Amino acid sequence: MKREIPAIVWPLAALAALCVFNLAANPGFFHVTVMNGHLFGSLVDILNRAAPVLLLSCGMTLVIATGGIDLSVGAVMAVCGAVAACLIARPAGSPLAVFDIHGSALLACGAAVGVGMVLGLFNGLLVAKANVQPIVATLILMVAGRGIAQLLTSGQIVIFDHPQFNSIGAGFSLGLPNPIWIASISFLLAFVLVRATPFGVLVSACGDNPVAARYCGIDIVRIRTIVYVLSGLLAACAGIIATSDIKAADANNVGQYLELDAILAVAIGGGSLTGGRFSLFGSFVGAVLMQSLTTTLLARGTPPEVTLILKAVVVICVCILQSGALSVRLQKRDRQAAG
Amino acid sequence: MKTLYATLGVFLALFAAASVAYPGFFSLRVALNLFTDNAFLGVAAIGLTFVILSGGIDLSIGAMIGCSGILCATLLEKLHWSAVPAVLAVLTFGFCIGAMHGALIAVFRLPPFLVTLAGLFVCRGIALSISREALQVSDPTFTRISEMSVRLGKLGTVTAPAAVFVFAVGIAAYVLKYSSFGRRVYALGGSENSSSLMGLTVTRTKFWIYVLSGVCSAVGGLVFLLYTASGNAVAGTGLELDAIAAVVIGGATLTGGYGSAVGTMLGVLTLGTIQTIITFDGRLSSWWTKIFVGCLFLAFVLARRIIHKEPEKSFSP
Amino acid sequence: MTIDTTPALVQMTGISKRFPGVLALDGVEFDLLSGEIHALMGENGAGKSSLIKVLTGAVQPDAGRIVLNGTEIAPRSPADAAKLGIGVVYQEVNLLPNLSVGENVMLGHEPRSRWGIDWRKLHAEASDALDNLGVRVSTRANLGTLPLSIQQLVAIARAVRLKSKVLVLDEPTSSLDKAEVERLFELLTNLRNKQMGIVFVTHFIEQMYRISDRVTVLRNGKKIGTNNVSELDRSELVSQMLGRAIGERGTTARRREIKEEKPVLQTRELGARGQVEGVAFDLRQGEILGFVGLLGSGRSETIRMLFGIDPIEFGQLFIRGNRISKPSPRKMVRLRVGLCPEDRRREAIFPNLSLRDNMLMTLLGQGMRISKRKRAEIVERYRQVMRIAAAGLDTPIWQLSGGNQQKAVLARWLAADPEILLLDEPTRGIDIGAKFEILGLLESLAEKDLALVFVSSELEESARICSRALVFRDRKMEDELQGDAVNEADMLKRIAGASS
Repeated sequence: MKREIPAIVWPLAALAALCVFNLAANPGFFHVTVMNGHLFGSLVDILNRAAPVLLLSCGMTLVIATGGIDLSVGAVMAVCGAVAACLIARPAGSPLAVFDIHGSALLACGAAVGVGMVLGLFNGLLVAKANVQPIVATLILMVAGRGIAQLLTSGQIVIFDHPQFNSIGAGFSLGLPNPIWIASISFLLAFVLVRATPFGVLVSACGDNPVAARYCGIDIVRIRTIVYVLSGLLAACAGIIATSDIKAADANNVGQYLELDAILAVAIGGGSLTGGRFSLFGSFVGAVLMQSLTTTLLARGTPPEVTLILKAVVVICVCILQSGALSVRLQKRDRQAAG
Repeated sequence: MKTLYATLGVFLALFAAASVAYPGFFSLRVALNLFTDNAFLGVAAIGLTFVILSGGIDLSIGAMIGCSGILCATLLEKLHWSAVPAVLAVLTFGFCIGAMHGALIAVFRLPPFLVTLAGLFVCRGIALSISREALQVSDPTFTRISEMSVRLGKLGTVTAPAAVFVFAVGIAAYVLKYSSFGRRVYALGGSENSSSLMGLTVTRTKFWIYVLSGVCSAVGGLVFLLYTASGNAVAGTGLELDAIAAVVIGGATLTGGYGSAVGTMLGVLTLGTIQTIITFDGRLSSWWTKIFVGCLFLAFVLARRIIHKEPEKSFSP
Repeated sequence: MTIDTTPALVQMTGISKRFPGVLALDGVEFDLLSGEIHALMGENGAGKSSLIKVLTGAVQPDAGRIVLNGTEIAPRSPADAAKLGIGVVYQEVNLLPNLSVGENVMLGHEPRSRWGIDWRKLHAEASDALDNLGVRVSTRANLGTLPLSIQQLVAIARAVRLKSKVLVLDEPTSSLDKAEVERLFELLTNLRNKQMGIVFVTHFIEQMYRISDRVTVLRNGKKIGTNNVSELDRSELVSQMLGRAIGERGTTARRREIKEEKPVLQTRELGARGQVEGVAFDLRQGEILGFVGLLGSGRSETIRMLFGIDPIEFGQLFIRGNRISKPSPRKMVRLRVGLCPEDRRREAIFPNLSLRDNMLMTLLGQGMRISKRKRAEIVERYRQVMRIAAAGLDTPIWQLSGGNQQKAVLARWLAADPEILLLDEPTRGIDIGAKFEILGLLESLAEKDLALVFVSSELEESARICSRALVFRDRKMEDELQGDAVNEADMLKRIAGASS
C-alpha cells in the first residue's frame, strides 16, 4: 500500500509559499517589534485578525465532521455581540437595558456565551432530534438571528467605552493581543477534547457511518447536539471579540459572510465536507492561510472586493481538487459494494 | 396541493387580520402594492423555485440582484449605453453566473450551497468593483418604463415591476406544468437516481436550472432598478434568505420534489404582508419582519416534518 | 414443451465481472426464452444482482457477450437497456414518489400537443397501459401515497408500455402480502402469454415453484445449473443454492456439553408483521446457536429484532430473565449484547476511520474513559489474537481486505467484553483462510462461556460449529434441531420444507 501524502501538507505549503512571497515583496514581513512590551508586526496582525474566523472554523470543523453544517454562526455572532454590548452600554430602547450588571465585563461575556449556547442548542435539537436537514435548520437562525440582534440593539449601532470589555478585543496579555490568546486557547481546548477523550472519534463516527454508529450503541443525538452547542459557544466568543474590537455592536455587519470563511477554512484544511475525518490543526492552518491571503492582498493594494472574488475562486478550486480525490474513492467503495 | 391551500390560508388569514386591525389596510391599493414592492424578490424567488424543486439551493440571489442592478446602472449612466443593450448585457451576465454554478454543480458534483455561496462572494465582489457608490438612473427609456402603469380607476395602479412579477409567475407555472423541462425538474427533486434510471437527462437539466435561476435573479436586479431608480452594489443583502423563506412558505420542501410557482408567489405575498403590517403598525420596528419570517419558516419546516414523517432510510432493512 | 425449439430471446455467454477483491461473476451463462418466466436464485453474494446489472446496463462486464434477439448488445446504462427493450423493476421501485401515477408511467415519453404536454392524453394512455395489465388505480393519484405493491405494478406498466421484450423483476415479492403476490403473479402469467421473457429474481422457493418455468441457480459468482422447474425437487434446489462442502458431506459439530445454566437470552413467540413470526428459543452460556434458512426466511430479521434495530410487534424478549420491552441498540450494548451486522460496509465499518478507532468504537461509544495506554494495549492485544493484517493501526479501514475488516468488527465487540454476540453472516465475502480463523475464534469464545447466535448461508459452517440450530422458512421459525440432527443433510431437508 502506497503511503499517501497527508492532506495537511497542501495548506501548509501554500502558507509557506505565501510567506516567502511576502518576504520577497516586503522584507519587513517577518519583522516583529516590541513596543511597550507588546508585539507588533504583520504576523501578529494576521493572527489577530484571523481570531474570529479561527473560533468559528473550530466549531465548524466539528459540525461538518458529524455530517452537518452551521450557516447561522455569523448571525449568532451578531446576537451575542449585541447581548454583551447592550448589557454594558444599556442603550435606551434596548430590551436588555432593564438588566443592570453594574458594568461587569465578565457577566456581560457570560451572558453572551450563554445565549450563544442556547442558540446552538436550538440548531442542535432541530438537526438531531427533529431530523431537519442541517442546512435548513441553521438557515432559520441565519434569517431570524440578525432580526433578533437588531431587536436587542433596537436597530442602532450600540457604541460603548468600557476599558475592561474593550481590552478583550484590543488589549494585550504577555505581549500578544488577547484575541490570539482566546482563539489559541479555544483551539487547544478543542484539541484536547477530541484527542484526550473519545469525543473526537465519536464525532467522526457519526459523520462517517451513522448507521454503524447506532449499532455500536453511540448516542448520535447527543453527539450531534453537542457539536452545535459548541459551535454556538465559539461563535459567541467570536462575536464578543468582534464587538469589543470595534467598540460597537453592529447587528447588520458583524460576522457577515464569516460562515463561508469558516467553511472554507475547514475545506482547505483537508476536512471532508461530507463528514467523517477531520483535522482541527488543518482548519487552523486553513483559517490562518485565508487571513494571510487577505492581508497580503490588501497590503499589495488589492481592493477588498477583489479579495472576495479570489476567496471564492480558492474555495471552488479546493473543492474540485477534493471532489476529484473523493470520486476515485467513491468509485472504489461502490465497486466493493457491488457483487 | 394541500400545502398550497395552507399557504393561501396563511396569507389570507394574515391579510384579513391586518384588515381588521388597521383601518385602510383592506384596499386594492395595498394589495397591488404588495406586488409592486415585492416584485424583485418575487422574480428572483421564481428562479429559486426551480432550484429548490430540483433539490438544490441558490444562495447567490441577493448578491446577483445587487450586482445586476449596479451593472445596468453603470452601463446606462457611466458608459451611456442605451437601455436595450444594457438590459441584454445584464441578462447575459446572469446567464454566465448561472452557467458557472450549473457547470460546477452538475458536472463537478460540488454541493450547491457551497458553489452558490462562492457565487455570492463573486457577485458581491464584482458589484463592489464596479462601483462602491449608489448610482442614480436617469436614462429616459428606463425612466419611461418605470413610470409605465395601468391605472385601475382610483383604486390603484399596476406598475411595470408588478407586471413583470405576474408575468414571470405565469411563465414559470406554465413551464413547470407543460414542458418536459419542468417535469424533469420535479423528477430530479423526487429522486435523482430514479430520474437517471428512467432515462431522463439529469446533468443537462440541472445545468439549465441554475442558468434559469441566474437569469431570474438578474431580472430581479433589473426590476429592483426600475423600482428604486438607483443601482447599489450592496442592494439585496440577505435577500437570498427571504427568497428561500418565500419558496418554503409557498409549500416547497428543501429536499426537492414539491412546490409550485403559484405557491412561491403566495409565499412572497405573505412576506410582503408581514412587512406591510409592520409598516402600518408604526410601533413595530423593521427587524420584527426578520423574526416573524424566521418563525414562519420554522413553523413550515416543522409542519412538513410532522406531516411527512418519512422513516429514516438507514433504519429500514 | 416449446422451450427447446424456440430460439433464445436473450443469450448471455461467458459473463465475468471482477470487483476489487471479489470475482462477482465467473463465466456465467444465462439464456431467456420469450414466453417464459425464468427464476434466478442464489444466496447473498451469489452474483444474482451483478448478473442483472450486467443485463440492464448498470455495470459493464469484463468479459462475455449478450445477444438479444439475434443481435449482440452492450447496454451502457439502464436507460440504454430500456431503449433496447429490457425493462427492469427494482425491489425498492425506482420511480418518483412525488409525481402522479400517470406521469410515472409516461415520463420521458409524454404525449404532446401544440402547447406542451397533453395531460388529458397522458392520463388516458397511462390508464390504458394500466388497464391492459388489469391494474385498477387512479392515474392522478400521487405515487408516494400508494402501497409498494401498487407502485411495483406501476413500474411494470411503465416497462411494458415501453415495448419491453424482456422484463427483469428484482425481488419483487419481498415486501408484498399474500394477496398482493397473487395479483402480481396473475399479471406475470398474463405477460408470459404475451410472449414476454421475464427474469424473476427471488429467494422464496414456494413462489418460484408456483410461477417459474425454469430456474438458474448461482453460487459464489458461478452458475450451478439451469433446470426445468418441474424436474427439480426442493432438496436438490436448496443444496444447489447452499452448496455442499465436497469431501465433508454431512459435517456435524463436535458436540460440546451445554451447561445447564440459566438461559441468558430467551424469546417467546417474538415477531413483527411482514418480517418474521413465532421465534421462541433459549440461548445459554457457552453455546453457539445457529439460525439456518434461506435469504429472506426471517433469520436476519430476527437478529435485527433481537438487537433492537427493528421494532418487536409481538412476543417477549428476556435478557438474563429480565423482560426487555423496548429494545434499542444502545440498550442492548449496555446489556452486553453485541452485533456483527450482515452488511459490513453499510452497517459495521467506519470506512474512513483508522483500524484503531474501528476496533475501539464500542468501548468509546459507551462513554468509557480509557487511558491512552490502555487503549493501545487493547488494540494491540486483539490485533494479535485476531491476526489482523494491516499496514498500520492508523490505516483507514476501507483499505483493508474484507476478512481483516470483519476481524476488526469482531474485535470491537470482544474489547467491550460482551456476554451475548449476534453474528449475522460473519464469514460472508471474506477469503477462506480468514473464514476458518473466524470460525475457530467463535468456538473458542463459546468455550469461554459466551453465548453466540450464528447466521450463515453456508450450511457446512453452521453444521461445523453450532450446537443447536433453529430453522427458518418463509418468515417463520419452523423447527429446532439438536444434537446429531445438526448436520447438513437434516438442515437442508428442513430448510427445503420437506416433512421430517
